[in-house]
Amino acid sequence: MTTMTLAVRDSATMTRRSLRHVLRYPVTLVVAVAVPVLVLLLFIGVFGALKAGLGAGSHVSYIDFVMPGIIVMTAGYGSSVTAQGVNRDSTEGIIGRFRTMAISPTSVLNGYVVSALVRTLVSAALVIGVAIGLGFRPTADAGRWLAVAGVTVLLVLAMTWLAVPFGLAAKTAEGLTGFILIVQLLPFISSAFVPPGEMSGSVRWFAAHEPFTPVINTLRGLLTGTPSGGTVLAAVAWCMGLALAGYLWARVLVRRDLNR
Amino acid sequence: MTSAITATGLRKSFGSKVVLDGIDLEVGAGTTFSLLGPNGAGKTTTVQIMSTLVHADGGEVRVAGHDVTRNPRAVRAAIGVTGQFSAVDNLLTGEENLLLMADLNHLARAEGRQRTAALLDQFDLADAARKTVTTYSGGMKRRLDLAMTLIGDPRIIFLDEPTTGLDPGSRRMMWQTIRELVADGVTIFLTTQQLDEADELADRIAVLDHGKVVAVGTPDELKRSIPGAHVRLHFAGATGLDAAERALGGSFRRDDTLTLEVPSDGGAIAVRELLNRLGDTAAAVDDVSVHTPDLDDVFFALTGHPTTEATPGMENAR
Repeated sequence: MTTMTLAVRDSATMTRRSLRHVLRYPVTLVVAVAVPVLVLLLFIGVFGALKAGLGAGSHVSYIDFVMPGIIVMTAGYGSSVTAQGVNRDSTEGIIGRFRTMAISPTSVLNGYVVSALVRTLVSAALVIGVAIGLGFRPTADAGRWLAVAGVTVLLVLAMTWLAVPFGLAAKTAEGLTGFILIVQLLPFISSAFVPPGEMSGSVRWFAAHEPFTPVINTLRGLLTGTPSGGTVLAAVAWCMGLALAGYLWARVLVRRDLNR
Repeated sequence: MTSAITATGLRKSFGSKVVLDGIDLEVGAGTTFSLLGPNGAGKTTTVQIMSTLVHADGGEVRVAGHDVTRNPRAVRAAIGVTGQFSAVDNLLTGEENLLLMADLNHLARAEGRQRTAALLDQFDLADAARKTVTTYSGGMKRRLDLAMTLIGDPRIIFLDEPTTGLDPGSRRMMWQTIRELVADGVTIFLTTQQLDEADELADRIAVLDHGKVVAVGTPDELKRSIPGAHVRLHFAGATGLDAAERALGGSFRRDDTLTLEVPSDGGAIAVRELLNRLGDTAAAVDDVSVHTPDLDDVFFALTGHPTTEATPGMENAR
């Protein structure tokens, strides 16, 4: 077998391993769906009646407005689960074992990413299903749904490729707190729940320029038909940039000396 | 003798802390080599460099004929590593762990299943095969860890303190497994801080202390290399004892046991020479025994501190 087919085979083995973890402990998946749904319920409960921040003449209901943000939160939560899994493997020593074996070093990483992608897309689909039950009425046609799926895949890839090196670099599970807080809190200071225009000062600037905002605006445009302006390009650029940065960092970590 | 592992001038520092200060080692193929030393001596670092996990600052290491820096993949294909902390997947079952290793060793599906079943039996894990590893005892995890190392049939195996923390039964089982592997022609590189373990298993021992090899040889050579070895002559009566004491200057007489202790390296030639010096008096000797210091004495003599002295922290930081 060539190096390439071996790398594919090893990646598939590592992916099966991680997916088996999910099947063995389905509660991970349940929580990954429950957390975004709870946030959704909270926001439509608290802000749903107001519609205040949406600007005059908006025809979009609040649940339709916040759902893109909820999808991003689902991806964020998924990446924190990934980071914890990678960190557990790293601190328990099994990554050390993999590294003494004649397998491609990146196949270990690929396994994390592919399984995280599957896991997070499943939870995102379930979250969207629950939201439709709660009154979410996207206007997207098949083509736009495909685009939604594409943007979500890009987003999850970016978040996962970031989660892997954070998980590898942290010496303990506690060392991940910063990463988890950031991926779970950043969606709140974005265009997810309130348009940045309604915010004030530096928060407004931050919300308008952070990476989640163009992704949320793009998803919102696709799902509800509101104009998303020039944000598609920014969303794709952010996702590809973050994914590449995470991938390169992870490659360095998996080749350098074992954690001391 | 062909070498399975050679290290020349191996150096490694972590920050300002020198862990390996130029060590040379040679391990013959099909033998058991033990690296003996207290915590923090550099044993784990040596294993990590030889198993391609850590890069050396200087020196050359060849494992199975391949340079660990230039051709790590070829080294990895030849070796198996079991560290002092079990590197198993706690969320999977014992059987799934072994099948995972079979897949990563690119075994055919049927062969992987067959080897998994055989190893579960061999390591007394068949009953627990379908249970997740979180329910395993420490000894069971360690056995699973070694079974996972063996599934790829490595010709060179690194065992980093494989029995630390094991109960006596599991420890004996581990020893037995190691002997069987060597009988099959496998090369074992074993680190330990237990002298009896090195004595029991190793063909050759290198004593590592503060990043330097302070002695190397067979267990017997090491024991003979330090002062304290002596030949003990037992006599039937005081007459023989008196005559022997006159013939052998510098000996130590014990009247209560009618014995004479003569300093000697304890080797066969030295004993024959000693008996020759006794001449006719030799007939009065009714028992001759050679007493060599045990490895504890050797260790103390070589390093100036007993093995129990631990400098915790260094070796456990991974």
